[in-house]
Amino acid sequence: MNDLANTRADVRPFRAGLGALIARNENFLLGAITVIALLSFWEMSVRLDWVNPLFTSSPSRIAITAYTMFTDGSIYPHLAVSGLELLVGFSLAIVVGIPLGILMGWYRRLNAALDPIVSALYATPRIALVPLIVIWFGIGLGSKFAIIFLSSVFPILINTIAGVRTVDPDYIKVARSFGANDWQIFRTVAFPSSVPFLLTGLRLGLGHALIGIVVGELYAAQAGIGFLISLSGATFQTDKVMVGIIIIASTGVLFTNVLRMIERRFDQWRSSHDQ
Amino acid sequence: MLDVVEEKLKVTNVGLTFHNQRTKRSLRVLDGISFGVREGELVSIVGPSGCGKSTLLAGVDGLVGFDVGEIRIDDQVVTKPGPDRGVVFQHDSLFPWRTVRQNVSYGLEIQKTLPPGEIACRALQFIELVGLKGFEDSFPNELSGGMRQRVNIARALAVDPELLLLDEPFAALDAQTREFMQFELLRILGRAQKTGLFITHQIDEAIFLSSRVVVLSARPARVKEVVEIDLPSDRTLDLKHSPRFSELFRHIWALIEEETSKMNLGVAGEGAST
Repeated sequence: MNDLANTRADVRPFRAGLGALIARNENFLLGAITVIALLSFWEMSVRLDWVNPLFTSSPSRIAITAYTMFTDGSIYPHLAVSGLELLVGFSLAIVVGIPLGILMGWYRRLNAALDPIVSALYATPRIALVPLIVIWFGIGLGSKFAIIFLSSVFPILINTIAGVRTVDPDYIKVARSFGANDWQIFRTVAFPSSVPFLLTGLRLGLGHALIGIVVGELYAAQAGIGFLISLSGATFQTDKVMVGIIIIASTGVLFTNVLRMIERRFDQWRSSHDQ
Repeated sequence: MLDVVEEKLKVTNVGLTFHNQRTKRSLRVLDGISFGVREGELVSIVGPSGCGKSTLLAGVDGLVGFDVGEIRIDDQVVTKPGPDRGVVFQHDSLFPWRTVRQNVSYGLEIQKTLPPGEIACRALQFIELVGLKGFEDSFPNELSGGMRQRVNIARALAVDPELLLLDEPFAALDAQTREFMQFELLRILGRAQKTGLFITHQIDEAIFLSSRVVVLSARPARVKEVVEIDLPSDRTLDLKHSPRFSELFRHIWALIEEETSKMNLGVAGEGAST
């Protein structure tokens, strides 16, 4: 994909100066123009009293609110709590999801034994489990860890299983014919060939983990970005709601892009995968 | 048992029947196959498609067991894959996440008979032998079909097998590359001094490469004839245009043609399996 785009750019006639700069960053510029236009329209609607900022907030109000929250320090407890929840919940999901996924992908019987539970839990909207989790783990951090863990473990688990199960039998034949034992086959064939799946699982799991933060803190909490959003919403502080949403969204975009970059490193050989 | 010539590989009366669990039908694939491969010789196996050539090769590799008969290499009965055999598979099956160098050293890493430093050295040596010097750090998806098949051959040779098993290694290559690779294979095998068993459905390839060609019958496969290839041992590409080559070609072609027509009449409707 990337190569193709590059080649096409090379074919374009050479233009000097500003023209060339615009041509090179065309996609970025088009995206930026849309965003700026939208934000301007939003700001203008509020300034011209078309809408009530109590309901819609406005870009400038959000910016000012964010600035004060960061300077007076009132945002940091929320960031710290949600950050800790994400760290513990998501790490737990990785630590459980990847090894279990590998085992379930590798051992057919284990997969058969656990599949009903995994499928049932995966199909259940996790939000339905929140009251139960709060009963079991209280309204403190424990329940948030559990919710985030439950939200993100399944995409990781299911993608890892798929990765290990779809190993090309030809590769296993090669390993066997060189006399590889089960552990060697796993280490040299099954694991490396499922890395792309695994990364996809992490990326999806992260998205679910962010949902978990908001859902968990929405129901019962004392601090956190999700709590900030729900409390500010209940008290008509639309600007703060928007700040919270932007923080969650940018975290998602940031981590997703980091994982994409790691995935791209594997693209070097990945493109030959389906031949 | 006084064999006049030392036989590296000895296949004796091998038979195999597949049982299909779903259709509850049995399929006799191999029936009483016997032949031998002498030290330093390359023997090809040809036969109608779907006759069980690849199964036979998998058996020699030890990936498939037989119902009756036995396979011996250096008088040792084959039961499972071992370091004395190297396989060049039909699809190059190179590990896409490993570079050329890492692919070639794969077998050595698995067998752990050499220290890491020596493994790297051996890998380089075989990369050079197959003519891929300068591509050590390329990934398989950056190579052409012919180059990948060279890596495949190097990977099989690097473990220093007593017997090289080749399962239609050039089938996926275009005609020109195939001819060139046949020539290269002879050069590489000559240099590495290996004994080889070559599966193919290309008659000219079989004749050009081998000292003997084993022609199998339609399923269940039996040895129909073992054709001695009495061409000069120094094979060059223009040999393919010699009258003797054409004569051998016609002879083997007639043998296979006879079997193919038998197959179409006899077992029509039965699924092909290789």
